[in-house]
Amino acid sequence: MEILSLLGSGMLVALQPLNLLLILIGVTVGLFIGAMPGLGSVNGVAILLPITFLVPPSGAIIFLAAIYYGAMYGGAISSITLGIPGASTAVATTFDGRPLARQGRASLALVTAALASFVGGTVANVIFTAFAPVLASVALSFGPPEIFALMLLAFATFVGLGGDDIPKTILSICLGLVLGAVGFDQISGAPRLVLFDITGFLQGIGFLVLAIGVYGIGEMLWTIEQSRDEAESTPPKMTARGMVADAAEATRRGWRGTAIGSCIGFFVGILPAAGATPASLMSYGVAKMMSRNPQDYGRGTPDGVAAPEAANNSASTGSMLPMLTLGIPGSPTTAILLGGMVIWGLTPGPRLFIEESEFVWGLIGSFYISNIAALIINLAFIPVFIWMLRMPFTILAPMIFVLSVAGGYAATRDMFDIWLILIFGIAAFVLRRLDYPLAPAVLAIVLGPIAEPTLRQSLLLSQGDPSIFFTRPVAGPITVIALILIFLPLVKLLQRGRKADKTT
Amino acid sequence: MSITKRVFLTMSCAGLLATTPMAALAQDWQPRRPIDFVIMAGPGGGADQIARFIQSVAERYDLTNRPLVPNNQGGGSGAEALLHLNNTSDPDHTILVTLNSFFTTPLRQANLGIDIQTFTPIAMMGVDPFILWVHRDSGITTMDQFVEQARSMNGEYVMGGTGTGQEDSIVIAFMASAYDLEVTYIPYDGGGAVARDLAGQQVMATVNNPSEAKGFFESGDVVPLLAFSDERMPGFPDVPTLRELGHDFSYYNQRAVVGAPGMSDEAAAYYQTLFTQIYETEEWQAYLESESMSPLWMDAEEQRRYWETQVETHRALLAQLDG
Repeated sequence: MEILSLLGSGMLVALQPLNLLLILIGVTVGLFIGAMPGLGSVNGVAILLPITFLVPPSGAIIFLAAIYYGAMYGGAISSITLGIPGASTAVATTFDGRPLARQGRASLALVTAALASFVGGTVANVIFTAFAPVLASVALSFGPPEIFALMLLAFATFVGLGGDDIPKTILSICLGLVLGAVGFDQISGAPRLVLFDITGFLQGIGFLVLAIGVYGIGEMLWTIEQSRDEAESTPPKMTARGMVADAAEATRRGWRGTAIGSCIGFFVGILPAAGATPASLMSYGVAKMMSRNPQDYGRGTPDGVAAPEAANNSASTGSMLPMLTLGIPGSPTTAILLGGMVIWGLTPGPRLFIEESEFVWGLIGSFYISNIAALIINLAFIPVFIWMLRMPFTILAPMIFVLSVAGGYAATRDMFDIWLILIFGIAAFVLRRLDYPLAPAVLAIVLGPIAEPTLRQSLLLSQGDPSIFFTRPVAGPITVIALILIFLPLVKLLQRGRKADKTT
Repeated sequence: MSITKRVFLTMSCAGLLATTPMAALAQDWQPRRPIDFVIMAGPGGGADQIARFIQSVAERYDLTNRPLVPNNQGGGSGAEALLHLNNTSDPDHTILVTLNSFFTTPLRQANLGIDIQTFTPIAMMGVDPFILWVHRDSGITTMDQFVEQARSMNGEYVMGGTGTGQEDSIVIAFMASAYDLEVTYIPYDGGGAVARDLAGQQVMATVNNPSEAKGFFESGDVVPLLAFSDERMPGFPDVPTLRELGHDFSYYNQRAVVGAPGMSDEAAAYYQTLFTQIYETEEWQAYLESESMSPLWMDAEEQRRYWETQVETHRALLAQLDG
């Protein structure tokens, strides 16, 4: 009960005219920042941090959190309409959002994304409100072995999917892992895989560079090739009645993904070092695995849009938890928010909840309000985004190209990345023609750099003994599940072979 | 319109003014773009906190006409950040918050081709001491207990710190050899992650800076045992120093700001003035005190000489580590 009254007073803080105004502005700005390829919540929050000196600290963090929220909603928009991930957190949204758009169902995909984001955010808010202090200790109990086990599970969800060509999936994962290993080794500090001694490789290959290459340039080439002998996708229409129908369909065909994404997103979000990008990719994998029709994934199913979108919103709330309860950022964006709190004279850390209770609860209250505001504003803008899609592809294709290159440059301000984007784009097109799935490579470049150091830290902890992944109470079960998932398809394959033997 | 004109005038006059004293020019040069404020460490660690605090002071007093935009480049024990500065196409708008890996990383990786003497000294904001921390639940409260515990575990005593060859590993290696201990060292990508994993008891001890461990110290989760400073710290009057215990060793992490190689003198003068202003604010002085840092103000020439001596000191320390 005490929590409810704290939450109530927090919401009152968030509903003060100034704060409400900040929420509305923040969400709208965030929506557009998120929709711009290359610019994500990290950039938005970093750029707008200084503006917050004009308002009191509680208003400032509410504003920044609103941007964070808005950006999570916005990332889906360009993923769906243009096929370029608006932010790293929305890469998984392209897997099914883009096919839906190509079928002329962009409005369904956008409505699904908005609703799933809302549910994900709300579920996370409720869990956050009720269990914040308990969950903080859960986050702390995740050491290197636990995080590695979790990463293994994430890979397993991608390998263990029936339907796909498993050797090709594994090859794709390996490709991503190799690309993720380029640059400095965290443990020894030595440079690795610096191809042709090009210094650009020393900085590593950014995840967004690969994602924009594969989904921006690669997708554009693919569409150009496809549309040579095929009519263009049906121009999507947008009416109020259509939107209601879409909402109903989104609920019917996307609730499963939403539920999975909301839960997984939150728990991955509270873990150190993870954040919304791995959360959305993992949720997509799990949703596909648990689905009765896994073959629909990647061809345009609302569940495939709902899972990552619910997850990235849920995870962004989740990653606030270690920030507020422990003073440790759970994602790059919260790291900047944490800096903001120092600026405003607050000491982040275990005592913040007690000493700055009004600030903390005002922020939590604002999560709820921001989430509602983001949903309404996002739905209101959907017709505008749909209108963009009505442009003929001859106009869209150059636009996608420009946005991909500009977005790639905006992220790192390095020309080298642009060349990489172009190379990855062409390579992705070729691989796709050869039927290689590319999502696993994208997953691997995100998770590889988390998995590898934790693997090595774990083995250092155990003096090289791999049983550390099985004997620890949390890591053990996760590792076992992951291994079962990895070997399940192999067993099935053998069984099928045996049956085939019997019949002959 | 007036701004463009002024920039244009400044630029066209720059040649004519080449002989005027630098101080006068410092008033004229202004950043034209957001300043790339590179941090040599991941988010949450000591260097990161300081960079963000500096940024906040600059914002509060509106000291810059373009914002300082923090940019974490923690990879490769800071090599990523050093290369970023070395290769930047815009040295006048690129500055770096450094740690001691500014000295150690170029030593350990000569192939990077980084010569720190080409960098531009800007300001020494202070030096950060190291403290040995254990978790409260270990029951250890004194150095003697720590040594006894670590020895009894035959090399399985686990300590966490930043990357191999970086500050934490140097301090731990020295302590281990001074007390004849064998420990397992787990490298992390930043002090923030190290602090978290001590609080979560994933590692048994760390040598975090006071600022990194502060939150968990105040909540009582971690216990300080030993300071690596020259004298006892005002914030930790009961914690003995390694010197008191008879070992001639102290170690600090520098918190300095440097400019990219090739920065123009005008820009360097601008940043030197800027960071002097920041250094002298009440906020920065209070921050030094609350985070138990020591002041070590130096001008540009003194900084260059300091770099030389630090490179030699670290060369010797690293040789000891490897030997």
